[in-house]
Amino acid sequence: MSTQQPVLQLQNLTRVHGAGATEVHALRGIDLAVYPGELVAVMGPSGSGKSTLLTIAGGLDTPSSGRVIVEDTDITTASVKELAALRRRSIGYVFQDYNLIPALTAAENVALPRELDGTSARKARVEAVAALEEMGLGHLADRFPDEMSGGQQQRVAIARALVGDRRLVLADEPTGALDSETGESVLALLRTRCDAGAAGVLVTHEPRFAAWADRVVFLRDGAIVDQTVRSEADSLLSGQVAEA
Amino acid sequence: MSIRHGLLALLERGPRYGSQLRTEFESRTGSTWPLNVGQVYTTLNRLERDGMVAQGGEDDAGHTLYAITDSGRTELRTWFEKPVDRTSPARDELAIKLAMAVGAPGVDIRAVIQSQRRHTVKAMQDYTRLKAQALLAVEGGGARERDDVAWLLVLEQLIFQTEAEARWLDHCESRLIRLSATAATGAPASAPAAPAAPAAPAAPAPPAAAPNGPTAPSTSIAPGTSIP
Repeated sequence: MSTQQPVLQLQNLTRVHGAGATEVHALRGIDLAVYPGELVAVMGPSGSGKSTLLTIAGGLDTPSSGRVIVEDTDITTASVKELAALRRRSIGYVFQDYNLIPALTAAENVALPRELDGTSARKARVEAVAALEEMGLGHLADRFPDEMSGGQQQRVAIARALVGDRRLVLADEPTGALDSETGESVLALLRTRCDAGAAGVLVTHEPRFAAWADRVVFLRDGAIVDQTVRSEADSLLSGQVAEA
Repeated sequence: MSIRHGLLALLERGPRYGSQLRTEFESRTGSTWPLNVGQVYTTLNRLERDGMVAQGGEDDAGHTLYAITDSGRTELRTWFEKPVDRTSPARDELAIKLAMAVGAPGVDIRAVIQSQRRHTVKAMQDYTRLKAQALLAVEGGGARERDDVAWLLVLEQLIFQTEAEARWLDHCESRLIRLSATAATGAPASAPAAPAAPAAPAAPAPPAAAPNGPTAPSTSIAPGTSIP
């Protein structure tokens, strides 16, 4: 699949906060490519640059140097208008605290990015309900956020992140506020969406959730120091042999 | 011993022959602890000697069947009721390795920790992949459901164990960083408590960094190396 075009490419990315004596190098020369169908987990101690990496990858912050390419667009050189369009059409976010709009139902929340992008309200609604149903969340379509559990809200947030043609989901500690079993179900959904062709980047400090990813990238002091390879285990024994 | 009690537990469901016991043991534990048929028969012989199982005829194919006795049932109950001993921990190679690495000349303990962390997280990825498959099997129900549930529990135990190890490694690393930062700012006579760890966050001394150019040594990894 290496002939496939990455959905997200980070090239020699750096981010420096402040200047002079108080200068902090949050990212130092990050190279990372995420392909369709791939879920990459980013792990590292607090302050290692995980969240900075994700906000820059999503165009919410700008790098000090380096390039961020989403699909075919370099978002570091894109105009404000292009960037806004890209964020509506190509990039989905999932945050720790769900960030659903309380006055809107699940279906309306999922439909919102499509409507903002110019899709008619009726068509956006149809797409939203279809996205929810595809993820086994159809029964939640008409519920408001405060009528859903945290795990349900987070799964709706994943549906919102991936509605329409969007293929890139950036998730920042999506399980942070959830108990461990609900966290698993959120990860299982993210895993399924990536198996269906989306590309995902998951920032987490929980090894148990990172283990759902195809690749785990270890960040330390703003640099990638190590990463694991994709698991092909079909049984415990063959998995161990492959590791030896 | 667990094989002995494992076999008693399987025999409580009805008489069985040796290789059948082996198959059932492995399907419940996903061959995590593979048994050979020789071990099964040796164990059955000892159980028979101790009066906990008895030979009970043959099946249609001529296999010798073993059945649990009353004293075997009593033994099994006791096993289920008594907690597994955790007060004399088994020797743990990783704990010994890190204990020996502290202050060892020429050993970069953070590199030791990271190489283990990668291996441990990779093992968790394998277990998680198998767990996702096992979950599907359990949700699908079917004749093997009891074995699938047993296998799921075993896998989850492996995940929790490796998770504990990964967390412990994180803890070791941050403790060593903290200690070396204290040593660096503390009394000059302080012994080298921990091997020199690179720039700890507590001592904000940005490495003599070249301007953020591509010349800066980057430890990043070629993208896409693991794409299937």
